[in-house]
Amino acid sequence: MSNDKTNKIGVYVCHCGTNISHTVDVAKVRDWAAEGLGSEGVVIARDYKFMCSSPGQELIEQDIKELGLDRVVVAACSPHLHELTFRNASKRAGLNPYLTELASIREQVSWVHTDKEAATEKAKAVVTGAVERVIENEPLEELKVAIHPDTLVVGGGIAGIQAALEIANAGKKVWLVEREASIGGHMAQFDKTFPTLDCAACILTPRMFEAGNHPNIELMTWSEVTNVAGYVGNFSVTIKKKPRYLKEELCTGCRICIEKCPTKVVDQGYEAGIGYRKAIYTSSAQAVPKYPVIDTENCNFFQKGTCKVCEKSCPTEAIDYEQKEEFLTVDVGNIILATGYDLFDARKVSNYGYGRLPNVFTSIEFERMCNAAGPTSGDIVLRDGKTTPKTVGIIHCVGSRDRNYNNYCSNICCMQSLKFAHLVKERTGDTVYDFYIDMRTPMKAYDEFYQRVLEEGTLFVRGKVAQVTDAARKASEEGKLMVQVEDTLIGKQRRIPVDMVILSIGMEPRHDAKETGKLFGIGCSANGWFTEKHAKLDPISTMTEGIFIAGTATGPKDIPTSVAQGSAAAARVLNMIMRGEVTLEPIKASVYQGQCSGCRICNSLCPFNAITFLEDRKVSEINPALCQGCGTCVAACPAGAISGTGFSNDQILAQIDGLLMDVTLADA
Amino acid sequence: MSKPKFAMYWSGSCGGCEIAVINIHEKILDVDANFDIAFWPVAMDAKVKDVEALEDEEILLCLWNGSIRNEENEHMAHLMRKKSKLLVSFGSCATEGCIPGLGNLFPVAELIDTAYTTLTTDNPDNIRPQTVTQVPEGEITIPAMKDRVHTLAQVVDVDYFMPGCPPESHQIAAVIDLVIEVLQGKAELPPKGAVIGAGHSTVCEECPRQRNLKAIKAFRRIQDVAPLDPELCILEQGVPCNGPATRSGCKARCPSVGAQCIGCYGPAEGVVDYGARLITAFASVIDSKDPEEIEQILDGIPDPAGQFYRFNLADSLFQAGAPAFKKNEV
Repeated sequence: MSNDKTNKIGVYVCHCGTNISHTVDVAKVRDWAAEGLGSEGVVIARDYKFMCSSPGQELIEQDIKELGLDRVVVAACSPHLHELTFRNASKRAGLNPYLTELASIREQVSWVHTDKEAATEKAKAVVTGAVERVIENEPLEELKVAIHPDTLVVGGGIAGIQAALEIANAGKKVWLVEREASIGGHMAQFDKTFPTLDCAACILTPRMFEAGNHPNIELMTWSEVTNVAGYVGNFSVTIKKKPRYLKEELCTGCRICIEKCPTKVVDQGYEAGIGYRKAIYTSSAQAVPKYPVIDTENCNFFQKGTCKVCEKSCPTEAIDYEQKEEFLTVDVGNIILATGYDLFDARKVSNYGYGRLPNVFTSIEFERMCNAAGPTSGDIVLRDGKTTPKTVGIIHCVGSRDRNYNNYCSNICCMQSLKFAHLVKERTGDTVYDFYIDMRTPMKAYDEFYQRVLEEGTLFVRGKVAQVTDAARKASEEGKLMVQVEDTLIGKQRRIPVDMVILSIGMEPRHDAKETGKLFGIGCSANGWFTEKHAKLDPISTMTEGIFIAGTATGPKDIPTSVAQGSAAAARVLNMIMRGEVTLEPIKASVYQGQCSGCRICNSLCPFNAITFLEDRKVSEINPALCQGCGTCVAACPAGAISGTGFSNDQILAQIDGLLMDVTLADA
Repeated sequence: MSKPKFAMYWSGSCGGCEIAVINIHEKILDVDANFDIAFWPVAMDAKVKDVEALEDEEILLCLWNGSIRNEENEHMAHLMRKKSKLLVSFGSCATEGCIPGLGNLFPVAELIDTAYTTLTTDNPDNIRPQTVTQVPEGEITIPAMKDRVHTLAQVVDVDYFMPGCPPESHQIAAVIDLVIEVLQGKAELPPKGAVIGAGHSTVCEECPRQRNLKAIKAFRRIQDVAPLDPELCILEQGVPCNGPATRSGCKARCPSVGAQCIGCYGPAEGVVDYGARLITAFASVIDSKDPEEIEQILDGIPDPAGQFYRFNLADSLFQAGAPAFKKNEV
């Protein structure tokens, strides 16, 4: 505890409407600050309905000017939200912004407690901690650095393509990295898009082509980001280019190698397991770029050492079995993550029989089946490849809105199911049953589409399907798939015979979304989707400056929303590029060399490579130009020889002392 | 002119600090030449009442070794403080609590139970020590254990701290030389509260072993590493060596001869919690990103309390011996 009575500290307690005052007795916190902390240098304590409003901020500014405050504590929301607001208020009144601290009594107190008395005591402790801490704060000067004008877009689905094109069309360079061999993402697999029934390929392939041939887009498919260093404005990104076993500069995309390749493989990727591809392949004839890749696990040459048919048949001698992976490091100022989603594995819902009952299909299989360029040339047939079904059942919410799997709504399944119902009707005239829990058609022209499908005669059954089985109970059920469902509108169990079942499977975060998040320094929600900076007001930013997110990587979305997010992320990046420079917090670590023993524990920890070991003097040193103030080395230094401005040991220990102080007033 | 008075007292400790003082060999004659030994129960006969009879601050230099384990320790600490001009917290027990401080992991009753019931304890009547006992001759008392071990500085005001378990003899000799020089007017005392007889950095600074970037895949006990590379940093070989966090001053005695540092010189300058520093340091150099594997690697440290707080528990942040609520301080 500091006994320095020369400080003049102002404490401001916010009600946040009723967000705080509902659970915390704001007046008591104010009185505690005024009376209990007077000995610590608090000269004024006020409470106000909304500290972040103009009059609230003016209160602080006025006190700084009139009372000569030299430290300010605002007890309000999380620093994430309004630290900058109040630091700027102090700055306007002539006080160094780093002499203002936020005490979070909303996120860390009122929102997480219900007992008003205990919450008030805790709020007092949190405020006391902030007061003790702010005494140890030192004035700091902000730093400005230039922003690199290039951008990295990760993920070449429709959101990533959109973002890349927006930025490239504005005249700025984009590195578009895609881990598959072609861009296009899930959308490239679809047949029609709801609700307008545009052909997906017709609207997507021109965009793919444009992205693939844009002078400002450096397209890197069959590539993955392996390392990200640096910070907003100055990222250094390492990209691994996996070997295609083909020299791109020689390949003309003539596809003779694909035609000649003797090995046929079930295509679990693009064709969703219902079609074939060769061992040298492109996802489709419309793939961008046009260059094929060799699937070494199925290639005769890589497995058995003989064949080389592709090499022999290639007219330009582009095949290169010796090709190795390459690593490329590029500098960019901003990064957009549009890494998309994975599909729910329908095998997990064993009672629906997918993988066991041949005529149970997933929605993505059905998309490929409907596609005129797909394995059945657009014919809707059973697993035998020839029989047209007479009756089709479509089941919603498979893996979604289900406590056993994912508790969230996958957003697109209702419309996707309605689209399937329409396509089946249109192409076969079959009887279609649509099993739904709730029909969700809120976007533009969606409900009209639902009306249309209703009018087309699809039979809607409201209820969650219990089971799909081929076990017949009577002769009429023989050879049928029986759908057991409670029809909640008539209040009865029904057992409906169909020939084909389509499971409308939900969206899931990418299986490696957590690792991707770690790589780029952003967080994931409990469900695994990337977390936005603000769910409502900043849905495409993240807590890491310079890293933006778009499309289904942040949660299930339809195509228009993904495209809009791609454009929005691009606008934010262009905003950064136009600004030209970014203000960095002057939070830096430094080594007190007299205390450094050169143990080298910190040496490999710095994510920004700011630490060097001086061999001659046997001590470590931090380059302040590279240091981003993350604090990793400060925590790691066993000798306590590294200190971080803004988070010094003195500040943190003073804060702990404050938190542990007895906060009862003598007369209270 | 009479010589200034010297005292050395021990409380909760093993006696090794006294041996370390004797271990300065002929230098002890300088002590005798320059000081009048007023009170040193290990070395000469004197009674507490002799000390009580002294004027306040009549003893110039008192080296106090040992933790404050019982009420008598505390009483003596107050007495020696009162009678001494310079009170030095001498050695690890006095400064950090040391091995006696590990008693703070358990309630006192449990400690006593354990001590009086181990397999090797011959205690057929299952007796426990009593602070007050009636005997035919009357009532006898022994000092009660305090509910936890305190460091000397947690109980009385201390002028200087001298770490080490025990402090190295060459450091003791150097401090004695300094005090004599001060007496002769040739040198000045360091500022009050300073750590004397030790360095300002950590053991690594004095350690002759080669240090590289660290990436630890497994922690192993030293007997399980055979043979230990004689040139290479012990921590890099997977043996949890406390050198990086431990104050320099011992000339890296243990690592120099192939044993890991166990941390007897305590935290480096300005470090508040030795164990916490060491935990974050070890955690930082674990070479894995897989939480399960990290867990497994950390399990390679069989006794975390002993590894990280063997000497420092009583002085650590979470057992600082000070009341949690500052304003309740007595």
